[in-house]
Amino acid sequence: MTCPVTIRIQEDDFDIAREIALLTRSRTDIGAVVSFSGICRSDEDGAKVAALTLEHYPGMAEEEIARHVGEATSRWPLNGVTVIHRVGRFMPGQNIVLVLTASQHRQAAFQAAEFLMDYLKTNAPFWKKEESATGTGWVEAHIRDDEAAARWTRS
Amino acid sequence: MKVKYFAWVRERVGKAEEIIEPPASVRTVEELIAWLSGQSEAYAYAFEKPKVIRAAIDHAHVKPDAAIAGAREIAFFPPMTGG
Repeated sequence: MTCPVTIRIQEDDFDIAREIALLTRSRTDIGAVVSFSGICRSDEDGAKVAALTLEHYPGMAEEEIARHVGEATSRWPLNGVTVIHRVGRFMPGQNIVLVLTASQHRQAAFQAAEFLMDYLKTNAPFWKKEESATGTGWVEAHIRDDEAAARWTRS
Repeated sequence: MKVKYFAWVRERVGKAEEIIEPPASVRTVEELIAWLSGQSEAYAYAFEKPKVIRAAIDHAHVKPDAAIAGAREIAFFPPMTGG
């Protein structure tokens, strides 16, 4: 089973339909594609967010995502993975991250997409800075994200 | 060795990267944090809560007791908030 992997960090927006078409092009073995999009939202715990700026660690970010994709492909029978993470300044409603997972049956694609997002949030070197009416500040990591990632840990 | 800083660690230190030459007695990531903290108020401010700081050696996450010998690039940053 071939599992092509695409990992990109970019300022530009992505086109979900185009990325799915690239992932499934000339393939007849794929029966399921799961797509997760992370979007900049305006409401953060009751406060209005005007914009988000995403910073990353070039080099390590790509390598860390690749390590997680490698882990996902070893845990589930995947037929393709695409991870695109944008950096720069975003307004509410704009795309931030895309995860696509393809597999023969839906369960692997669903689980791998969730696994990848949980690990991206806690282990990939990206940081969000939030602008609101009350000022600008770095977003604090949430314990709920650590807990979400921890449930995938194998004993 | 090259050291990089990200997010609020970078802002507090006041630079994104630099070349440092710690003494040979500085062997681990946590010892390097302690040594840097003694260099100026900016570092002391950036590393005032050392338990919060995450570190990577040559693009891989490491724990505070990781040895820094042979490291080409060490990075310090807050907990990650991407995705």
